[in-house]
Amino acid sequence: MNNWWRRITMSRRGLLGAGGLALVVGAVGVARGQQGSSVEHAPVKTLPAGTVARHHAGHGGMLTVGEVDPARNGFDPSQLLTDWDRGRVRVLPDGRTLRDFDIVAEDKEVEIAPGIIFSAWTFNGRVPGPTIRVTEGDRVRIRFANAGSHPHTMHFHGIHAARMDGVPGAGEAAPGETFIYEFDAFPFGCHLYHCHSVPLKRHIHKGLYGAFIIDPDPARHPEHSEIAASRLLGTPENAHWQEFVMVMNGFDTNFDEENEVYAVNTIAHAYAHKPVAIDRRRPVRIYLINVLEFDPLNSFHLHANFFDYYDTGTTLTPTLKTVDTVMQCQAQRGIIEFTYGAHEAGMYMFHAHQSEFVELGWMGFFDVRDAVA
Amino acid sequence: MTRTIAQIGGPLAALLLLVAVFFAYEPLRKPFGGVPPPVEKLTVERTVLDENGIALKVRADGTEPVSVAQVQVDGAYWQFTQDPPRPVPRLASAWIKIPYPWVEGETHKILFVTRTGLTFEHEIAVAWPTPKVDAKAVWRLTLAGIFLGVVPVALGMLFYPALKTGGKTAFQFAMALTIGLLAFLLVDTLEGALEAAGQAAPGLNSAILVWIVAGLASLLLWGLAHWKGEAFTALGLATSIAFAIGVHNLGEGLAVGSAFATGAAALGGFLLLGFTLHNVTEGVGIIAPLLERRPSLAILAGLACLAGLPAMLGLWLGAFAFSSYWAALALAIGAGAILQVIIEVGLLLWNQIGGGDRTKAYAVIFTGLLVGVALMYFTGLLVQI
Repeated sequence: MNNWWRRITMSRRGLLGAGGLALVVGAVGVARGQQGSSVEHAPVKTLPAGTVARHHAGHGGMLTVGEVDPARNGFDPSQLLTDWDRGRVRVLPDGRTLRDFDIVAEDKEVEIAPGIIFSAWTFNGRVPGPTIRVTEGDRVRIRFANAGSHPHTMHFHGIHAARMDGVPGAGEAAPGETFIYEFDAFPFGCHLYHCHSVPLKRHIHKGLYGAFIIDPDPARHPEHSEIAASRLLGTPENAHWQEFVMVMNGFDTNFDEENEVYAVNTIAHAYAHKPVAIDRRRPVRIYLINVLEFDPLNSFHLHANFFDYYDTGTTLTPTLKTVDTVMQCQAQRGIIEFTYGAHEAGMYMFHAHQSEFVELGWMGFFDVRDAVA
Repeated sequence: MTRTIAQIGGPLAALLLLVAVFFAYEPLRKPFGGVPPPVEKLTVERTVLDENGIALKVRADGTEPVSVAQVQVDGAYWQFTQDPPRPVPRLASAWIKIPYPWVEGETHKILFVTRTGLTFEHEIAVAWPTPKVDAKAVWRLTLAGIFLGVVPVALGMLFYPALKTGGKTAFQFAMALTIGLLAFLLVDTLEGALEAAGQAAPGLNSAILVWIVAGLASLLLWGLAHWKGEAFTALGLATSIAFAIGVHNLGEGLAVGSAFATGAAALGGFLLLGFTLHNVTEGVGIIAPLLERRPSLAILAGLACLAGLPAMLGLWLGAFAFSSYWAALALAIGAGAILQVIIEVGLLLWNQIGGGDRTKAYAVIFTGLLVGVALMYFTGLLVQI
């Protein structure tokens, strides 16, 4: 049909489809002092980049608006960074350490970016779940109660028996049920756990994952005992380090199998709005874990600095030396070590080096200071 | 009197009671397990691009007020302000202002993320500075309007002497041609109205309103024309045709004006020329009923203005203040007016055939209809971008 309406509302590139008219609209107003713009096809100045940005504080205006209330969520991304769950400790008759953990799966609404409420499935009411931190060789016992609305599991990336694998048929807890996972903590490194119930994508991306860190036992690594000690939480060597856990994740809020929000530790731009304070004089260690669903890769890029990287954290010598970017597929993880000792104080950015992820929330700052209270 | 009030008030009170009971008990809540997530819908009605960035007028629809939590521009979260700042109630609107450094001639995609995580995409196909309302712009649009509306109609009227010399056959032919072109415009205008309705906020039920308004407009115009019980005079019929075509041209003006405003009409000159040729046929249609008398030049000028000037009005509105909803209603009125005129002309033609050579008359009328539709179709091809 010869429809002038449709034709006229088509752009010269033919980009506008049927949904187009509403956007080909002019309007009165906001008519303050720009000269030379009329309806004819005259050359009109392109809006210079930065004109508007300068008027806006914060990363040139490219940021989420507002702030997430940690009290509402019940967890604070600034505290998640250093919140190690060591379990209840008991020494077994054979001298080994037993660590008991209680973990509850529950449905919960989480504000993942200012104003955006995500219907999450959580471990202990937070996303990511608690950072389980044990020592190589410990006996680990996890009492997992499912208070959620669907069957869930805890599947640990570690060494364990098939019975303890946390997959459908082996260690899955139906709603209202409890399952106890028990295994020895091996190998040392930076690991993770996640729900392995099906459909897998949904159970993971709705928030059922967390960090599982096994510190090396210095006694088992005489050749690198000092390095191992620096990794072992609670030692004097370790006290010198500033350690953070960062779980790179994302959220598909509209069920299109693409993430609308990217982040580390769930909240978009959390560390851009509230930078991570760092004491310039002390070294930094980051336990970096990628659980991102729907995108094949994620990455970490550090500004104005280089770092050593220990893939999966299962070695005491770096697997990559002096790099400023690493990439990880889903469930890949590693340890990043660096120092800003030779730098001046200031804001140093870190982010995924997929620009798309940066712009959708996965970006933050280290606030490097001469001293941190 | 009291009885009447009771007879009307009683059922109304019962209805109010029903509503109250429904909200108090929410009978649908229990069997379906609590409160379902809200249904949300966001429609962009207007876009302004200027040195302050991008401003969008959004209209909300849904079971609860829509909270715009975040806004992405080209896949990046961007700071924005909302006026008024509260969640947008059902069928209300708000302005979202984003200080985004848009790039002229390129495409930008805006994604509104609501509180529930739902997203609504809006594409600015070709970013172009929104024209300011100033004397220069208004003058240019006025010129364009006259060129688009009045000039072609007046040109069409120049066929008057040629048709006049043709006698009765020419008259039948011209009237049939008028019906053909009006039929074309009727379908065209209805399509435009429905398309505009489709782009308005769904909660406004614009598409249904298009049919209702078109029907009412048709009836109303019929009533106005015949309320004294007299038959239409030739001049009255010509005026009706001119009016109907005028409302149609208002719609054309709206579309061209909004296209100009966003730079979508990069081929503006060619587009305008196409419309001009397209509209010449309309001039022929208006003078057709007047062939048997001798209208003054002033009357012809008045008819040309009645049919053509609305195009100018449409251009202004389209360029400076456009709303799909009102456009749909304006076009619906146009469709109704055209329908009424088709019936009038048809009746006139029917009575006109009367005695004489019917076979010849039918042939002439059929040819006229065909030529009318064909003319509109083929000149319409010129309007393609």
